[in-house]
Amino acid sequence: MTGLKVAAIHARFGRHEVLRGVDLAVAPGETLVLFGPSGAGKTVLLRAIAGLEPGALGQVVIDGQDVSARGPEARNIGMAFQNFALYPHMSARDNIASPLVARGLQADEIAARVAEIAKLLRIGHVLSHPPRALSNGQKQRTALARALVGRPRVLLLDDPLRNVDAKLRYEMRLELPRLLRESQAATLYVTQDYREAMALGDRVAVLRAGRIEQCDASETVYDRPATAAVARLFGDPPVNLLACRPVADPAGLRAEAAGFRLVLDASAEAAGQECLLGLRPETLSLAAAGPDAARLEVIATTPLHERLVVLLRAGDGTEIVASLLGAAPPPGAQVAVAADAAAALLFDAASGARIPARRVMAGKAA
Amino acid sequence: MALHKLLRAAALTLVLLFFLFPIFWIVVMSFQTNEEILRLPPSLVFAPTLANYTALISGHLQTASGILDITFLHNLWNSILLSTCSVLLALVLGVPAAYAFARFRFRLGEDIAFTMLSFRFAPPLLVLLPLSLYFQDLGLNDTYIGLIWIYQLICLPLILWIVRGYFEDASPDIEYAYRIDGHSWWRAFTRIAIPLAGPGIAAAGLLSFIFAWNNFVFALILASADKQPVTVGALAFVTASGIQYGQIAAAIVLSILPTLALALYAQRWLVEGLSLGAVKG
Repeated sequence: MTGLKVAAIHARFGRHEVLRGVDLAVAPGETLVLFGPSGAGKTVLLRAIAGLEPGALGQVVIDGQDVSARGPEARNIGMAFQNFALYPHMSARDNIASPLVARGLQADEIAARVAEIAKLLRIGHVLSHPPRALSNGQKQRTALARALVGRPRVLLLDDPLRNVDAKLRYEMRLELPRLLRESQAATLYVTQDYREAMALGDRVAVLRAGRIEQCDASETVYDRPATAAVARLFGDPPVNLLACRPVADPAGLRAEAAGFRLVLDASAEAAGQECLLGLRPETLSLAAAGPDAARLEVIATTPLHERLVVLLRAGDGTEIVASLLGAAPPPGAQVAVAADAAAALLFDAASGARIPARRVMAGKAA
Repeated sequence: MALHKLLRAAALTLVLLFFLFPIFWIVVMSFQTNEEILRLPPSLVFAPTLANYTALISGHLQTASGILDITFLHNLWNSILLSTCSVLLALVLGVPAAYAFARFRFRLGEDIAFTMLSFRFAPPLLVLLPLSLYFQDLGLNDTYIGLIWIYQLICLPLILWIVRGYFEDASPDIEYAYRIDGHSWWRAFTRIAIPLAGPGIAAAGLLSFIFAWNNFVFALILASADKQPVTVGALAFVTASGIQYGQIAAAIVLSILPTLALALYAQRWLVEGLSLGAVKG
C-alpha cells in the first residue's frame, strides 16, 4: 500500500492519555483533514507520525515501509509547523534549501528547485531575506516551500493558516488544493476551522478525546455527523442541540423542543428515549406563525458574510442561534421560526450517537 | 525637549563619573611615582613616568631597600592560560549538558542541575582545606591541570545555567523542522541549537572568564609562585619597604586589558537577538 498508514497510535503524557488508538490511511495525492477541538491531540498525532514523539506507540507505514523505528530524518516527510519554525539565522533561500542540502544534492540543482518552488509560492523576491524580515504570509509560504521542496511522500501541515491574516488565508484556501494535488504526497492537514476543512479536505477525520470519532467526506461529516459532539464541532455557528423525547409517528418520529414540532425520518427505536434534536442554524428560517413554527424572541443579531446570525430565546429560556437570509428583525421582536425537518439531526442523549434514518428509507439521503 | 536632553546628558555623566572614576584614578596612578601618589593633597598635575610599566615588564622592582625580582608577566600569562583553558573546558562540558537539561526530562535531572549550581554557593575556604589534602595525594597540587579542574567550580555552573536558559527559550520546533528536513540529531544540535544559543554562550563564556580571572583564593592555596595568576602575584607588591602603589596600579591596568579586549570582542555576539522572529510568538 502506498501513501501513509498509521495504526493503533497511542500516546500519553504522564497519566494523561492523549491518543488512544488512532488508525488512519491517506492515499498519495489525497488530503485528509484532521479536525478537532484544541487539546484533542491533533498536533501530538502529527508529531508521532513525524517521529518527534518518542513516547508514542503504534505503527507508521509510509509507502509500504514500516518507519515506526526510524528517526524523523529517515521518514521522507515534509512538515509545516503552526509557528512556522523557520531557521532564524538563515536566509529564506537557505531555509527552503535545507531538505535538499540534507539529501546531498548538487548546488545547481538545489538552486533550480528552490527557485521553482519559490516562484510557485510567489516568494522569489524575498529569498535573500532572513525570516525576521518577512511578513507572516511570506513566513508561512517559506515554511510551506520548505515542506514541499523535497517532494516528500507524506506531508504534515499543522494548522499552517492559523497565524496569517484573513485575506491570505482565503487566498491560500484556494491555492493549496492544487499545490497539494500536484505534490502527489499523502497529506495530513490539521485545522480547527470547519470552513478550511470543507475547502481543503478530500476527507475529514474528526479527532476528539484521543480517538477518531468520524472519518468521512467533508459533506458527510456535515450532513450526517456520527455524534452530537462532531455536529457541534463541525459547523459555524454551531448546531443547536435541544433536549427532547420523541414519540413514534407513521412517518418516523415526532419531536418537540423549544416550540419546534418536527416529524423526523428517524429509526423508531429511539421513541420515548432522551434525545438531542440537532438544528443547524442555517436550516432555520423565518416563517408564518403556525402550530409547527416556534415563537421566539430576538435577542441579538450579527452579520456573518451574506447571512445574519440571530440569537433567539424560546419561552422556556432555551437559547437558539439561527443564520438567516434577508432583513434583520429588531432585537426584542417576537418571530416565528420554522426548521427544515429533512436537515434536522437526532442524537441519543446518553451515547451522543446519531439516530439513523429508517431502514425503509435507505438509498435516500437521511 | 532641549532641557530633557540636557538633563539626560548630565545624569549620564554623573553615573559614568561615579563608576569610572576609580578606574580613571588607577590609570593616572600607574603613571606616577610612589611619592607623587602619596602626596597630600592629591594632584592631577604630575610628570608622567613609564617607570612602573618598565619595572613590571623587565621584572626588576626598584624599592628603597634595593632591587626585587617580580614575576608579574609570568603571572599574567598564568592568568590567561588558566582562565582560557578553564572556560574552554567548561564550554565543552557545559554546553551539551545545558542542552540535555533544557530539552530532556530524565531521572534526577533537576537534582543534578541544582547540585551543579550549589557549587557556586559553597564557601571556597571550607572546600579548600580537604581539597588541598586530596590534591597532594593525587599529585595535582601546584599543577595547571589541577587548577583548571578546580576552576570548573566557578565556570561550569555559570555556563550550565545561563546557556540552559537560552536553549529553553529557543523553540524545539526549529530543531525538529531541521531533523524532518533529513538532518541528523548531531547536525541539528550544531547547526541550529548552538547558533541560536550563541548570545547566551558568549555571555556565559565571558562571565565565567571574568570570574575565573578574578579568582584569588583557589590559586593562593593550591599553587606555588610559578603557577599563580595575577590576582595572587599582586601580593608581591607589598614589600618590606612599603606598598608599591604605582606598580600595583600599572599591574591592574595590564591585567584589566585582556578581559576588556575579550568583552569588546564578545559584545557583538551579546547584542544579537535570539529568535529574531522565526517563530510566531
